Amino acid sequence: MLGKLTIDALPFYSGIAMGGALIVVFAVLGVVALVTWLGQWRYLWTEWLTSLDHKRIGVMYVTLALLMLVRGFIDALMMRTQQAVALNSDGYLPPGHFDQIFTSHATIMVFFVAIPFLVGLFNVVVPQQIGARRLAFPFMNSACLWLTAAGAALVMISLVIGKFSTAGWNAYPPYSEAQFNPDVGVDYWIWAVLLSAIGSMLTGINFLVTIVKRRAPGMRLMMMPLFTWATLCTNILMVFAFPSLIVAAALLGLDRYLGMHFFTDGDGGNVMNYVSLFWIWGHPDVYILILPAFGVYSEVVATFSGRRIFGYESLVYSTAAITVLSLVVWLHHFLTMGAGSDVNAFFGRAAPLIAVPTAVTIFGWLFTMYRGRVQFTVPMLFTLGFIVTFVIGGMTGALLAVVPVDIHDTTFLVAHFHNLLIPGALFGYFAGYQYWFPKAFGFRLEEKWGRRAFWAWIVGFCLAFIPLYILGFMGMPQRLNRYYDPGWQPYLIVAECGALFILCGIIFLAVQLAASIRNRAALAVPTGDPWDGRTLEWATASPPAAYNFAVVPHVHGIDPWWAMKQAGATAPRPARFHDIIMPDNSSAGVVLGAMSFVFAFAMIWQIWWLAAVGALGIFAAVLSQTFRDHAEHRIPASEVEAIESRRILAPALVSGAPT
Amino acid sequence: MTDTVITAGHDETAAEAAERAIDEKTYGFWIYLMSDAIIFALLFATFVVMSHNTASGPDSHTLFRLPYTFAETILLLASSTTLGCSNAAIAAGQRGRTLTWLGVTSLLGLGFVTMEISEFYGMAVAGAGPSRNGFLSAFFTLVGTHGIHLSIGLIWIVLLGCEVTLRGLNPFVVSRLYRLGLFWHFLVIVWIGIFSVVYLPEIL
Amino acid sequence: MAAPPRLSKMPISPRRRQSTIKGYLVGVVLALVLTAIPFGLVATRALRPIQIFVVIGIAAIAQAVVHLRYFLHLDLKPSSQNKLIALCFAGVVLFILFGGTLWIMFNLNYRKM
Repeated sequence: MLGKLTIDALPFYSGIAMGGALIVVFAVLGVVALVTWLGQWRYLWTEWLTSLDHKRIGVMYVTLALLMLVRGFIDALMMRTQQAVALNSDGYLPPGHFDQIFTSHATIMVFFVAIPFLVGLFNVVVPQQIGARRLAFPFMNSACLWLTAAGAALVMISLVIGKFSTAGWNAYPPYSEAQFNPDVGVDYWIWAVLLSAIGSMLTGINFLVTIVKRRAPGMRLMMMPLFTWATLCTNILMVFAFPSLIVAAALLGLDRYLGMHFFTDGDGGNVMNYVSLFWIWGHPDVYILILPAFGVYSEVVATFSGRRIFGYESLVYSTAAITVLSLVVWLHHFLTMGAGSDVNAFFGRAAPLIAVPTAVTIFGWLFTMYRGRVQFTVPMLFTLGFIVTFVIGGMTGALLAVVPVDIHDTTFLVAHFHNLLIPGALFGYFAGYQYWFPKAFGFRLEEKWGRRAFWAWIVGFCLAFIPLYILGFMGMPQRLNRYYDPGWQPYLIVAECGALFILCGIIFLAVQLAASIRNRAALAVPTGDPWDGRTLEWATASPPAAYNFAVVPHVHGIDPWWAMKQAGATAPRPARFHDIIMPDNSSAGVVLGAMSFVFAFAMIWQIWWLAAVGALGIFAAVLSQTFRDHAEHRIPASEVEAIESRRILAPALVSGAPT
Repeated sequence: MTDTVITAGHDETAAEAAERAIDEKTYGFWIYLMSDAIIFALLFATFVVMSHNTASGPDSHTLFRLPYTFAETILLLASSTTLGCSNAAIAAGQRGRTLTWLGVTSLLGLGFVTMEISEFYGMAVAGAGPSRNGFLSAFFTLVGTHGIHLSIGLIWIVLLGCEVTLRGLNPFVVSRLYRLGLFWHFLVIVWIGIFSVVYLPEIL
Repeated sequence: MAAPPRLSKMPISPRRRQSTIKGYLVGVVLALVLTAIPFGLVATRALRPIQIFVVIGIAAIAQAVVHLRYFLHLDLKPSSQNKLIALCFAGVVLFILFGGTLWIMFNLNYRKM
């Protein structure tokens, strides 16, 4: 009746695991109680959960990412603490638990922090940047959000029911096979990853079609803002790289569920094929995470230097070159597997090529700032922090690309990819969050706490990861639960201090949000254009009306909003307004996500009847949408006019951003 | 991507919005097919990598029969043609003939899926199931994935048949039939890959 | 639940108006020929195996093109351009991933022996 699910699945085995489970349970109950107490279920359901408005969906994506960031960070702090104390001792975490934590940390950070954060930014910004009123497929957007949320929920519920995978975020076989890992941990990983991967792939299709088909009249490809370009390239990578992850995870699942022999140790399995499949996705995924951040940096640098971006075309070509190259060089993630020297030589030579477009991009930003009037706002601070630290990441990457140097699988590698992903991706998302927050909500985020958060993050980052570079040279393997070399401990204690600084950074971000909400009247941006922006998203109201643009503007070059302001014409106001057709809300997205969660949970615990219920639910949710051709409502011209006349228009040129 | 400059001087009418929605769905579906093609490509690659990993299991020469595969191929090619006939009927606005040809197509597809299931069943009974060795795992997964896609296509044909009956050939229905056609013809192309990479070389 | 009257009068796009049975028949004849050649060769073993492999490959690619042209109605007109670009990009990626995987894995197998 309940498959593999028994009372033993509850974490009675360890006080720490029980504590984690109780925190999750009470947090969920607390949120439910709070919403009930405030009487806001109806509001939440009609205005947010079932909304097909891309801005709302974007905000929900970013919220999901920030919540999961807290979870992922707690994992990181626990690992740092363990390593700081585990000299010649077991520390406070048993090995199996420690392994769960590093697996869930990485899985969460990649699939449920980075991806939702960047897709959230796409959602809030890109349609407005290209002058569109909505995405091409609004329902699919909602479905993808709830698929991602279902995956995140699976990882969270694994804290309470059963255990998560101990096989690392890449779940390499044969260790992840049923023979060595009969528990449900790896199944949790497989299903969480599959839901997220399907959501990401479909999101890729959605934005690709939107950018190709829904640009404002006159906006040629070479007039698109750089963030939109980054989005386009990222989504191309999502469409073409995620299938590989789907295949890898699905084949691993077939091995585990049906006893097949894709990656088993005997019976004709081929372990290395998994590694190859995984990195066919894994390498482009690095750029899926980084390119959007590059896009944010381009927008931020141009805006806060008060200049047109330097070398627009070369930045576009660099982005495109990174996109194509990233699909080619996956083997450099397993140079040590023992391929022949010709194979290793090809991939070892091709990989560093990616430094060329990256360098072009960074010089583009530097030349934009040079002779610009740079304003050191919080988004700009994150950008500058990125440029300084990313250079280190790039150089250490070059070291790793040296095939014979034996620092692979040490903490050097850990430091290297955190160096790429914290400044290279997360700082970019934070910059975007600070930069576009007033766009989504109509008031700015407080500067003082933002600065403090930035300094805490950058100091914490350096303290946490520079010691790991050194430890890598000293030969410390990654993922170590305990160690016997007293020389390592001082560095690990410094790294622990770094983690504590980052904790402060996260707290400061939360304080900043709370303080900004309290002071929202003083921080309000009535004109909708707080930074004297250049691109079209600042031409709409902040927060934007559901339809974004009452009149879709004509575009004649890059930085159209800047050009409009120069010409003295602010937000275009037509002689008469037209009706606007917008998509209706739909509850099918939430239902689809919930049913996918039920289905995946039932598959993990092998409760077949429940899996059938879930599958039927998914089918019904899809079916209810497939044949609806008129799921739209008409906003009458009079209402559009009323909304638009309430808007305070920006003066022709706002000089300088508030500090 | 064509870098066309969209010139819309006024707000789009409902008919324009509908046409645009159809155009976008078709393009989005095309991109999905490309993505699906990558999935199949990786399954093909996995099959080729594992084609010698029989681990002293049954040999592929004894498993596959040329006439059987040829018959399956003919069924699929015939279904492509009949789907084309239904397309012509749609263009002529003939609802009845559309339904007839859709029915014939689904029967041919059903025949193919039945043949595939019976082949799989026969192999499994003969001790050559998917859990026998790496080669058979890869074979069942590649061919089975194609079969599952085709089965979804069959369900889709039935659903669209119902819709044609109930709603007639309005532009949205026609566009759905068009995308169904894309899906079906795409799967036939994948089958060409399957008999060229799996069956013929293994029989040889 | 019928579509609003205005929509049902919307002209069916020109692409579909052209799709006459004739195009499909040309396609199916070509497809049958390109299927019969490899099956026939495998049945009769008229050539050396390596030559048969080459013929199978060429026939498969040719048949895929025939299907794209006659069944999926892909052509070189501007209206197909977006699809064609997506197809070409997918083709390149497919080639890289398929070829790269085989290269890596067979190289590895060779070295393990």
